[in-house]
Amino acid sequence: MTAAPMPISGAVNAPDNRPLLAVEGLTVSVNTESGLRPLVSDLSFTLARGETLAIAGESGSGKSITSLAVMGLLPPPAVRITGGMVRLGETELTGLPEAQMQAIRGNRIAMIFQEPMTSLNPVLTIGTQLTEAIEAHEPLPRAEAQARALAALQAVRMSEPARRMRQYPHELSGGMRQRVMIAMAIALRPDVLIADEPTTALDVTVQREVLDLLRDLQREMGTAIILITHDMGVVAEMADRVIVMQAGRMVEEAPVRTLFAAPKAAYTRALLDAVPRMGQGALRGAGAAHRAPLAMLRDLRVTYDSRGGLLGRVTHRTHAVAGVSFDIGQGETFALVGESGCGKSTIARAIVGLAPFTGQIEINGRPLGPVLPKAARRDVQLIFQDPMASLDPRMTVGNLVCEPLVIHGIGTPETRRAQARDLFEKVGLSPDQLDRYPHEFSGGQRQRICIARALALRPKLIIADESVSALDVSVQARVLELLRALKDEFGLSYLFISHDMAVVENIADRVGVMYLGQIVELGTRAQVFGNPQHPYTRRLIEAVPVPDPTHIRTQTTRPSGEVPSPLRRLGEVPEPLHLVDIGDGHLVAR
Amino acid sequence: MTDASLPKIAAPRGALARLMRRKLALFGIALIVLTVGAAIAAPWLTSYAPQEQMFDGLTIEGAPLPPGDAFVLGTDLLGRDLFSRILYGARTSLIIGVVANGLALVIGTLVGVTAGYFRGWIGTVLMRFTDLMMAFPALLLAICLAAIFQPSLWIVAMVIALVNWVQTARVLYTETTSLAEREFIAAERTLGAGHGRILFLHILPHLVPTIIVWGTLGISTTVLLEATLSFLGVGVQPPTPSWGNIIFENQTYFQSAPWLVFFPGAAILVLALAFNLVGDALRDVLDPTQRGRD
Repeated sequence: MTAAPMPISGAVNAPDNRPLLAVEGLTVSVNTESGLRPLVSDLSFTLARGETLAIAGESGSGKSITSLAVMGLLPPPAVRITGGMVRLGETELTGLPEAQMQAIRGNRIAMIFQEPMTSLNPVLTIGTQLTEAIEAHEPLPRAEAQARALAALQAVRMSEPARRMRQYPHELSGGMRQRVMIAMAIALRPDVLIADEPTTALDVTVQREVLDLLRDLQREMGTAIILITHDMGVVAEMADRVIVMQAGRMVEEAPVRTLFAAPKAAYTRALLDAVPRMGQGALRGAGAAHRAPLAMLRDLRVTYDSRGGLLGRVTHRTHAVAGVSFDIGQGETFALVGESGCGKSTIARAIVGLAPFTGQIEINGRPLGPVLPKAARRDVQLIFQDPMASLDPRMTVGNLVCEPLVIHGIGTPETRRAQARDLFEKVGLSPDQLDRYPHEFSGGQRQRICIARALALRPKLIIADESVSALDVSVQARVLELLRALKDEFGLSYLFISHDMAVVENIADRVGVMYLGQIVELGTRAQVFGNPQHPYTRRLIEAVPVPDPTHIRTQTTRPSGEVPSPLRRLGEVPEPLHLVDIGDGHLVAR
Repeated sequence: MTDASLPKIAAPRGALARLMRRKLALFGIALIVLTVGAAIAAPWLTSYAPQEQMFDGLTIEGAPLPPGDAFVLGTDLLGRDLFSRILYGARTSLIIGVVANGLALVIGTLVGVTAGYFRGWIGTVLMRFTDLMMAFPALLLAICLAAIFQPSLWIVAMVIALVNWVQTARVLYTETTSLAEREFIAAERTLGAGHGRILFLHILPHLVPTIIVWGTLGISTTVLLEATLSFLGVGVQPPTPSWGNIIFENQTYFQSAPWLVFFPGAAILVLALAFNLVGDALRDVLDPTQRGRD
C-alpha cells in the first residue's frame, strides 16, 4: 500500500522497515501580495521508531515551519501546505480534518516549544494543566489522570513532584518549566516527539540536564524525536541522523558521524566551520601580559528592593551584584560569563548608568557617580543583545547612527552624515543604506548598525552584553571577527558579557566567572579554560555541547537542585567570597 | 520566520496610499469633506437665513411645514428653514468637534505621557486625578461647569475638553510606560540623551497612531456630547443653531413633526460614522502589525 521509495539511511536504527513518520515532497507556502512564496520546498524525509532526527539550519531555513506543518499547526490563513504529504504510520495527516488532527496531536505526536514560559498557562497549576492534557485524549477518571500526571513529573525527574502539581508556572525556574513541558509531551507516550529548539532559552548547565533527560526518556520509551535546532553542538550530541536545511530546502541528509566527519554540501561545511569550538582560542596566542587599567571596578554592588506587606515596606532585597572587583586593561577584552541571573548584565547596566550602584567605578581615571555625567558617557558604549529592540524602529538607520553625535553636539549635519557613511563602511555596510529603516535589515546587519552607533563617539570601552547571542552561527562568527578588527583599528577595550563559553573562549583575553552576583574565578583565558579551579567553572565548561559526535562525555555528577536565589531578607547580606591568587593573577574563590 | 514572510513596507511611506485603497475610509473622508464644504458654503447653498422666521414657513394653523418644494427639509416651529439651520449648525458642531476634541487630546497627551514616562510620585498624582475624573459622571460635570460659566460656543468647547481628556490620558499612560521600558529607550539613555529628546523624538512618534485614532474617535464623541448638552439646554444658546439644540427645541413635537428631529439626528449620525470610519482605517494603516492584511 504505502510502498513509497524510502532512503536507506532512515532504516538504520529501525527495528522494522516501515517508517513511523514519512514526509514526502512537502511544500509549504505563504500567501503574499505577489502570490505564493514557498517557505519549505519539496522536503522529504522519514523517521524510524526510536530514532532521533535533527533538523539543523539557521533562521529562515524553514525548520520550524516544517515541524508546524507536521503538527498541522501552520498559522492560517496565509501559510499552508501546497504540496506533498505527511504520513504517520498508515494515517495521512495532510488534509485530515481538524477534529481528527486534534486527537493525534498530543497523543501520537507531541511537541515541545522553545519558550516554556509562554507555552504554559500562567493562571493554572502545573497539575491542572498536565491532567487536562491527559484527559483531553483519554477518558480516565480524574484520580487516575492525576496519577498519570504525577508519574510523568517523576519521569522527568522533577524534585518533589507532588508539590509541583500544586504550583504555578511562575514559581518554577526555566529548566523546571521545560521539564513540565516535556512531562506534558510524554505523558501520553507519543510515537513522535517534536522538540523545537528545546534548550535554546536555557542556561548551559540546565541545557545539559534537559538534553540528558530527553536522551534517557527516549531510551526508556522508544519515542522517535525530531530535534529542531540551530546548535551544531546539540546536534552532535543528540542526533542519529541530520538534515541540514537552508532557505526552505534540504541541502544535506546524513548520519550524524558522516555529516560531521565528511560534510558534502558547501553550506554544511560553512555552517560547521562557523561553530565556535572550545579549545580554538588557545591557537590565537596569549593576550598581552599586563596593561595599564582602563576601567576599574571596586566592590561594586547593585541591589533591588522588593516590597511586601500591607504598608508596602521593603521586606526583601535582591543582591544582583554583591561586591565585584576587577580591572579592564587598555586594549583588553575582558569577558564575564555566567548563567542567567548571575548579575553579569547588571554590571553592564551599572557602568552605563542604567542601574544605581554602590562601590567604585573608574573609567579612564574618571570616577563615575551614581549619576553619570554626559561627558563620561562618551568613553563607554553599550551594545545590547537584541539589535531590533535597541534600535528605534521609526528612525532611519542613518539618523540612529548620527544620534549620539547630535546628543553630544558634535559637528554639523553634513559632517555627521559623512561620519555615518564612514562608520557604515567600517562595519561592513553600504553607505547607500543610510536612509532605510531598521526592519529592512537582517539580524546581523542590525547588530552592525548598533556597533556603528556605539563607535560614533569614539569610546574607549565597549560593553557587549550578549551581543552575538541572538545571531545565527555564521553571522555570529562574522560579527565577532568585525569586533576583533575594530578593536585594533580604534584601540578599543571590550567588556564582553556572554553565557556562551565557546564564544568567550574565542574572543576573551581575560575571563571572570560569575555566580550569584559574585566572581568565583578570574584569570586569563588560558588559566580559566586550561586550568579551571572552581567547581562551578568546571561545571560550566563541561556542560557546553561539543560539536563532535565522536566526543565521549565524561560522566559527571549531575548538579542537583535549583540555583539559589539572590533574593534575601532585609538585613541578610550574602557571604562575601574570598578570592585567592593561585599564581599569575589566577584568582579562585575558596 | 514571520518577519521574513511579511512584505516590507516602511512606516511613513505608503501609509496614505494604503488609506486611499480602503473604500470605507474614502467614503468617510468624502462625507467629512462634504460636511465641511456645506458648512463653509452655507450662505450660498441656502435660500434663507437660519434665524429668519417666515410667514410662509408655517401653515395657516401655525404648524411647521413638512419637507417640500419651497423648504427642502421643511420648517421648524418658528417657521425657520430647517435645511439652512442644519447647514449653519454644522459649523457649531464641527468647531466643537475640532477645537474641543483637539484640546482634550492635548491635555490627555500631556498628562498621560508625563505620568507614563516619569512614573514616581508625579505619575501617581496625575493618574489618581485622572481616575477621579473618570469616576465622576462626565455629563454631570459638564452640566455643572456649563451652569457656572455663561454658555457660549467657546465655553461649551472648553467644558467638553475638560471632560473628555481622561480616556486619552489613560490609554497613552499605559502605552508610554511600556514604551519607556523598551530597550531602544535604554539605548538612548546610555548615549546620553536627555528627557526632552527621548520624549519628543523617541516616544511621541510611537504614540502618533494612538493619538490619531483617539482624535478621530473623539470627534464623534464630542459632537454627540455637545448635542447632549444643547439638548439639556446648557449647550450653545438659541438662536445660534447647532445640531444638538435643533433636536432639543423640537423634541416635544416629535409625533406631529418628526422631520425636525430626524434630519439633525441623521446629520450627527452620519458625521460620527464618517469620523469613525476614517479613525478605524487610520488605526489599521498606521499599525505595523496590521501590515500586509489589507
